[in-house]
Amino acid sequence: MTEAIIHTHAAADHFDAHHGPEKGFKRWLFTTNHKDIGTLYLLFSLVMLFIGGLMALVIRAELFEPGKVLIDPEFFNQMTTMHGLIMVFGVIMPAMAGLANWMIPLMIGAPDMALPRLNNWSFWLLPFAFCLLMSTLIMSGPAPDFGWTFYAPLSTTYGPKSTDFFIFSVHMMGASSIMAALNIVVTIFNMRAPGMTWGKLPLFVWSWLVTGFLLLAVMPVLAGCVTMMLMDRHFHTSFFNAAGGGDPLLFQHVFWFFGHPEVYILILPGFGIISEVVSTFSRKRLFGYKFMVAATVLIAFIGLIVWMHHMFTTGAPITAQLYFMYATMLVAIPTGIKIFNWLATLFKGSITFETPMLFALGFLVMFTIGGFSGVMLSLVPADYQYRDSYFVVAHFHYVLVSGSLFAIFAAIYYWLPKWTGRMYSERLGQIHFWLSVIGMNLAFLPMHFLGLAGMPRRIPDYPLQFTDFNQLCTIGAFIFGMAQLVFLYIILKECVSHTKPDVSNQVWEGAKGLEWTLPSPPPYHTFETAPIVP
Amino acid sequence: MNIQKANKRLTFMLVCGVIFMFGFCYMLVPLYELICKKEGINGKSARSVTTAAPGMKIDYSRTIKVDFITVLHHDIRFKFIPLHRRIDIHPGETKLVYFFAENQTGNEMTVQAIPSITPTDAARFLKKTECFCFTQQFFARGQKADMPVYFFIDPAISKDIKEVTLSYTLFDARGFEKKQAHFTKGRINL
Repeated sequence: MTEAIIHTHAAADHFDAHHGPEKGFKRWLFTTNHKDIGTLYLLFSLVMLFIGGLMALVIRAELFEPGKVLIDPEFFNQMTTMHGLIMVFGVIMPAMAGLANWMIPLMIGAPDMALPRLNNWSFWLLPFAFCLLMSTLIMSGPAPDFGWTFYAPLSTTYGPKSTDFFIFSVHMMGASSIMAALNIVVTIFNMRAPGMTWGKLPLFVWSWLVTGFLLLAVMPVLAGCVTMMLMDRHFHTSFFNAAGGGDPLLFQHVFWFFGHPEVYILILPGFGIISEVVSTFSRKRLFGYKFMVAATVLIAFIGLIVWMHHMFTTGAPITAQLYFMYATMLVAIPTGIKIFNWLATLFKGSITFETPMLFALGFLVMFTIGGFSGVMLSLVPADYQYRDSYFVVAHFHYVLVSGSLFAIFAAIYYWLPKWTGRMYSERLGQIHFWLSVIGMNLAFLPMHFLGLAGMPRRIPDYPLQFTDFNQLCTIGAFIFGMAQLVFLYIILKECVSHTKPDVSNQVWEGAKGLEWTLPSPPPYHTFETAPIVP
Repeated sequence: MNIQKANKRLTFMLVCGVIFMFGFCYMLVPLYELICKKEGINGKSARSVTTAAPGMKIDYSRTIKVDFITVLHHDIRFKFIPLHRRIDIHPGETKLVYFFAENQTGNEMTVQAIPSITPTDAARFLKKTECFCFTQQFFARGQKADMPVYFFIDPAISKDIKEVTLSYTLFDARGFEKKQAHFTKGRINL
């Protein structure tokens, strides 16, 4: 594809000439190249998006009418559980890791990730982990059916046999994430090109650095948590069993100690992406760089100490509830700083509305809605009312779909021309965006009202008065699902097309950063001699 | 290769951090016990012996209603009821109440009662000097017993609290047997 470019580089740096990608299957299996691994992560995440999405459509189809039994309630529970697990651990996290693999070395002027072999391993654990998890669907006996939060004793005393497969696959995912985070943190610390000081680091890199530390801090806790479950199930301990002196409430503490920082792990790299995209398409420098960095660090820090707001109704003492309520509301401050800085970046910019920018603007509006419903949920007295209702479902889909997922879409449209050297079809990209926005809002906006009216989550049926809104939700969900087929078409067309590269190095007029100094597509090995950053 | 050395060093440090956090997860278990016991959250303090302070006076000016509730965990086949549904108590005064239990499972059983006290703000003031819930209870096939609780309410309890509910959930503790005498002090086997 880019023989000429590889050769010019080879001339400067002779020992990589015979160092191109291997041919065929082995290239992907044994690769230690950050671009290959990034691609693998992204493709894996794309496959999982459709599997998880299909499960969401099964859920929505069941909820299209009250009283209908399209799938039996037991299977409904398995679907909600698997949908959650796959979307969180199989789509958002690998996609963010894939973007980090592709972009961080290019953005900081490094030849590759710091620990390339570990990188290969951390990716290849994932397909096996998810095969293991999904194999439970075809086993006799139910697949995990206790919700993605797998509360004890639902998952210990009453968990189906397949829970052990679930536990082991979570161990593998955890190991994979820890290794990926390790790699990213070490890369950012040690592999920066000369002159790439902390103060010049692109925000995407900064946000991944913070995310990396968060992952390293809480993934081991998740591993410990599922290990305790395993021990309770098979080795006769009773961490979570009151009969043996344990406490099921402890499970919730341990789980949410991981689980709350996890939601910031899912969104922080997204903040980084939006910062890059908004500044490029406003043709302005990002407003308040230092504040943005500080806000990211602050969000991560507060995120570690607010886990009990998931547990307001467990009989927590009033002082604890008050503390966790105020601490949770505090998250709105650094998040607000970010939102206002993005708005200030847009202010008086020469804005154009290419697809990445559309997704970024969609993110700004809808993530803010999700943030506001989060503030509502943080209020103790209100939370008593909203908890475990569809309001919560609406809240976290607004922050995860129109937050994390839209950020990932923005990133893919933004960097895809750089990766492939060809421009995607802008028209199709816009169609994808508008269908996604319409589908997403139609699917999740009515859920707020359903929740406020009292419809509980994770129940396969509902009373008659909720029918209209539920039907809207289902129609929206199917529109959103169809929109992703457009996305699939765009991506596949880009990947299999053999036309000549047709974009410049710069790609986007307003883009700044080291990655845009490289040819599009970049050669297999880049920055073998470190660039000097002015 | 300076950079590789630096990479190894940092990787080693981060791996140590990861191992520490894994250990921290297990450290949360005793930490949680400790905090709950100290703060009297979640009935943890109601599961161990306390002794009355020597100078404690009975506050006759106040009366607190104490309700007793019993719950059978899952489908354990036991009869388990309080002999008194409700009593009135002055803060500082020690009372003895009995809970009746009958083993209807047709097997030998070891059970463990787990207490819970509401409102949570009252939990750490309801103190027990002796309770059948401190130990596991062994029941032969078909055996019946009255099991005692000696308790008092600390006069330091907030004046706003007029009612306290003490609930016991009876768990099947087979498989978790502790080494102890089969019949504990004060229990009346019928």
